[in-house]
Amino acid sequence: MGKVIVVTSGKGGVGKTTSAAALGAALAQRNEKTVVVDFDVGLRNLDLVMGAERRVVYDLINVIQGDAKLPQALIRDKRLEALYLLPASQTRDKDNLTARGVEAVVGALKKSFDWVICDSPAGIERGATLAMRHADIAVIVTNPEVSSVRDSDRIIGLLDAKTVKAERGECIEKHLLLTRYDPNRAERGDMLKVDDVLEILSIPLLGIIPESMDVLRASNIGSPVTLADSRSAPAQAYLQAARRLTGESVQIAVPGEKRGLFGKIFGRRAA
Amino acid sequence: MYTNLRESRCPPLLGSKRTLRPSRDGVLKRRLYVNHSLTMARIDLGNGKLMKMTKVLTDSRPIRLKGRSFLALVLTPELPFDSWLAQLDDLADRSAGFFLRRPVVLDVEGLDISRHQLVELIGELGKRSVRIIGMEGARSSLLTFDMPPAMSGGRPAPDIEGPAAEPAVEAPDVNHGNPATPVAQPESQMVKARPSIIINQPVRSGQSVIFPEGDVTIVASVASGAEIVAGGSIHVYGTLRGRAMAGSMGNAGARIFCRKLEAELLAIDGLYKTAEDIEPQFRGRAVQLWLEGEAIRAEALI
Repeated sequence: MGKVIVVTSGKGGVGKTTSAAALGAALAQRNEKTVVVDFDVGLRNLDLVMGAERRVVYDLINVIQGDAKLPQALIRDKRLEALYLLPASQTRDKDNLTARGVEAVVGALKKSFDWVICDSPAGIERGATLAMRHADIAVIVTNPEVSSVRDSDRIIGLLDAKTVKAERGECIEKHLLLTRYDPNRAERGDMLKVDDVLEILSIPLLGIIPESMDVLRASNIGSPVTLADSRSAPAQAYLQAARRLTGESVQIAVPGEKRGLFGKIFGRRAA
Repeated sequence: MYTNLRESRCPPLLGSKRTLRPSRDGVLKRRLYVNHSLTMARIDLGNGKLMKMTKVLTDSRPIRLKGRSFLALVLTPELPFDSWLAQLDDLADRSAGFFLRRPVVLDVEGLDISRHQLVELIGELGKRSVRIIGMEGARSSLLTFDMPPAMSGGRPAPDIEGPAAEPAVEAPDVNHGNPATPVAQPESQMVKARPSIIINQPVRSGQSVIFPEGDVTIVASVASGAEIVAGGSIHVYGTLRGRAMAGSMGNAGARIFCRKLEAELLAIDGLYKTAEDIEPQFRGRAVQLWLEGEAIRAEALI
């Protein structure tokens, strides 16, 4: 049985879709069979970021409503054999997502994939709660600024209350992915520091993705950043985050800091 | 009542149970109270004319309605009353004035008696200086207007020891031989039984912890946008960034303690202070807050 990861944030525009695509590609680059599922029905973007927008025939809603079989809707990535995409519908709205349908689809995907990555829409409404519903692991994408941190805190609360795991009394694994981190602005005090964010959210850190033009460039050419240029700083950060997801212990580098502090920050669990 | 980390659907509790009023101290702006005038019309009995009178409320402070629970002794009489009263006399003989200051509730549930018998029993108890403040478990047909009111919804409390066993259970700090000791005793038992809850995980934005019964202790942080409402005091062994409302059911003795104060709103007994009004020197520090008259006072701990 594969593991289900939800990439979520509460706030929009923090980098959920970019992170879902980059982590999916990074896991697939390790030859682990991975599918990335777009839950943002009505505002789908994942297919664009993954460069599959011209190959979409069926989507998640078609599968849920029984118009198509799951294998028909899955799109295999042209560059990576182990990477698949299940796109969202652009024409339907979120009401077509049903709890039972999502459960069936996620359950079926778990059987044939090592990793099922659910790209959650922004907000705390139906789409977001259904995306997190069956997750084993949550990756909470946060920008180092107060509104994003507060929304992430809200999402963590929902993860602890509304997921199947939480309702069974188990604890869902939660990781913080700090994106768009700009060392210069953090230095000047225009941004929250890594430690501040960790102190507020008190969940372990999965990685820090530096703010970079490479991310925008990759997304414009329709390629996950880890595939577009695997040597770029954000790609390296995502690749390391993916290794940590698989259970490897990799030190976390704070961009802009030359040495020290790494050990202190990695795996830290603030009270 | 307690909703552990449940998503709250209702609007924040402000004003639903008690209205919040701004805390008054030198630094704060006071709320402006509008003078209400009540205009009433009535017919003057003397000349039959319609009179209009305007009553101006000079004191514009709102009347505070508070709920408070007290511990009462519950007597459960048994049939036949003669022998039960004899037992009661025996008990009273052992400690003169045992019933003197105690409020007593009469529990007549399940007793098959007539109204006449009940009136007689209340009379007999009155002769023994037993003051009955309420009747529990009585059919409404049994009660007349001049009897003590019917009571319901009582919560069980530890049994009160009779006078014979009194010296053994007395709290060590209570003066021996003082006739008031029987009154002090139930109070000390009430302190022991005061409920409290402990929460070991962070309270996240959007979550409310509502515990009107007593104290709330949080061994983690309270996030911005989270809310703690306690009937008693609030203790936060982490950073308090959200809202904390202590003494929400009307308890001016409630306090708020936190290891790091970054709160959005603090309230004790309905008086509140917003983040703007909190003196800057307390921000980020370990602080306790309490109520002095109409003002919330703060003091740095350590």
